[in-house]
Amino acid sequence: MKVVLQNLTKTFPGRLRGEAPTTPANHLNFTIPDGKLVGLLGPSGCGKSTTLNLISGLLKPDSGRIFFGEDDVTDLPAERRGIGLVFQNYALYPHLTVLQNILFPLENLKGKDKMSKEAMLRRTDEVARLVQIETLMARRPAQLSGGQQQRVAIARALVKMPKILLLDEPLSNLDARLRLQTREELRRIQTETGITTIFVTHDQDEAMSISDEIILMKTGVIQQIGAPQTVYDDPENLFVAKFLGTPPINVFDGEVKDGGVYLGDDRILEAPELKCGRIIVGIRPEGFVPDENGCLRCTLERIEVMGRDRSVLCRNGACANRIRAIVPATKDVKMAGDTVRFSLMPDKVLLFDAQTEERIRV
Amino acid sequence: MNRKSFKGWLYLLPALVFIVVFLLYPLVDVFVYSFEEGYNFASQSYSGIGFFNYSYILHDPYFLQAVKNTFILVLITVPLSTTFALLIALALSSAPRLKSLFQTVYFLPYITNTLAVGLVFMILFKKTAYTDGLINLMLAWFKAGSVDFIDGPYWAKMFVLCFYTIWIVLPFKVLILTSALASVNETYYSAARVDGTSRTRIFTRITLPMISPTVSYLVITGFIGAFKAYSDAVALFGTNLNAAQMNTIVGYIYDMLYGDSGGFPSFASAAAILLFFIVLTITLINLMVSRKHTYY
Repeated sequence: MKVVLQNLTKTFPGRLRGEAPTTPANHLNFTIPDGKLVGLLGPSGCGKSTTLNLISGLLKPDSGRIFFGEDDVTDLPAERRGIGLVFQNYALYPHLTVLQNILFPLENLKGKDKMSKEAMLRRTDEVARLVQIETLMARRPAQLSGGQQQRVAIARALVKMPKILLLDEPLSNLDARLRLQTREELRRIQTETGITTIFVTHDQDEAMSISDEIILMKTGVIQQIGAPQTVYDDPENLFVAKFLGTPPINVFDGEVKDGGVYLGDDRILEAPELKCGRIIVGIRPEGFVPDENGCLRCTLERIEVMGRDRSVLCRNGACANRIRAIVPATKDVKMAGDTVRFSLMPDKVLLFDAQTEERIRV
Repeated sequence: MNRKSFKGWLYLLPALVFIVVFLLYPLVDVFVYSFEEGYNFASQSYSGIGFFNYSYILHDPYFLQAVKNTFILVLITVPLSTTFALLIALALSSAPRLKSLFQTVYFLPYITNTLAVGLVFMILFKKTAYTDGLINLMLAWFKAGSVDFIDGPYWAKMFVLCFYTIWIVLPFKVLILTSALASVNETYYSAARVDGTSRTRIFTRITLPMISPTVSYLVITGFIGAFKAYSDAVALFGTNLNAAQMNTIVGYIYDMLYGDSGGFPSFASAAAILLFFIVLTITLINLMVSRKHTYY
């Protein structure tokens, strides 16, 4: 089922007297295609959880409409939207066994949807097998590991065969190793069920690695929507460029003069069509190539060995922070004194307007 | 005993002395008293050892009356006050705007002096030469005959006593239950909402199990507290509770020690021991029941 948000807005009044109201969803417009896994990404407080709660129906929007497929669900309460929701803390009922937890939504069904006991058990069996918790059905949530609890929560959300699955920070309560495993798991479950899935995360790694599409938000406003690689390679603005990528992009204060882009005294790019003046230059860590005749000169601080490749840490007058360049371990870093020179991969150098921080495409 | 454990006991000594002198010794002594027949305070002597004290009080109509009163009081007030407190706490937590105001109002009886409250209840219920009391005036609106709640029939007095007891224990229970309800994580309710759970089902399947430890705590302490009731009856009916047929077990013990018929520590001890075993039995039953239905 595809999900369409039209001009969706939600404002919360300030909690304290005199505090300005916050708008965690500000005229959101997007369409999530049927059967896709979509990551709602953004720093904390950007409104991604609010957006999820608006889609789930736990919150009512101030204005705008929500469509599931062709149906307007804006005024439907959460339980009639046919969604499954997985909470950040899983919200498994601690006094019920895993089986009872998964049965819970089915037992709520009334009228013509009411199921027989056997049908319910068959259904729970199916989802249990899907998320691989068949052997844990008699346990209480407290007797499960974080990853297992997560699976139970997903099973409970899936048991009513929702049209849309929503997950709020599904991996944030897991340790690093489990997180890697579980996100593969999430991808597998989504692929097997083909259910449209939206998940919220502040971890760009997580969003990039499993999403078909990511929606990047900041203070209630959508910054960019697209396939992870596209958004990474072709960010709309400086915020998007900075938010995606580990290690993060290196940001320089540059200058355009004589038809070229300068960082300090180094002319790094020919750009005859650009207006003269200040410009922000972002260079991805993997865009630096050590080169004796390279255009960019930096002062070397140290080299970190990471096995597969090396991190060259250096400084440049045009950059307030330390520069981190990732170079293959096989590549020699030649230096003269403590100066190291790089040539730059053109598609890894991104230009942004100094005032608006919008992308300037050359 | 090696050196190390000797030192350990030495450190424990001050606390142990207190416990033994002020807790253990009196307990054992009460037990001993209860078997000493014809004990005399002045001469500290007794005529024999046996079960006479128990036999005496078990044949004493005042004691039997006190036991009956206490049991009626316990069986009526504990379930009712807990249920009312739960309903009030639920209402409070679903009306966040007026919560603090009503919380204060409901808590007032708790900080009010028992005897002062007793006086107010006298004004409400007592029939005097000048007035029938507020409740009787209200009963008259419904063309009901007036009843003397303080010096009248047994059931009327028992009603006032139960009413009073419930009213006085309610605030504490409301307070405890409100905080228990507030401590239930909000996402459980969100999850239930998404799953389309009805309100009754949310209450019976989520809320109640979540606060069950608090409820069972309140029931157990409520039972113990109600078994030890005494001051409430005094506040309402004065000190001559036997004459008013409103005595409680603790009241009976007190009367045996210091009342008009006082000076019978052996009878008092026997009654105290019986009360102890009653409370112990009930508490054990409570614990057994609650273990089945309580989720920790």
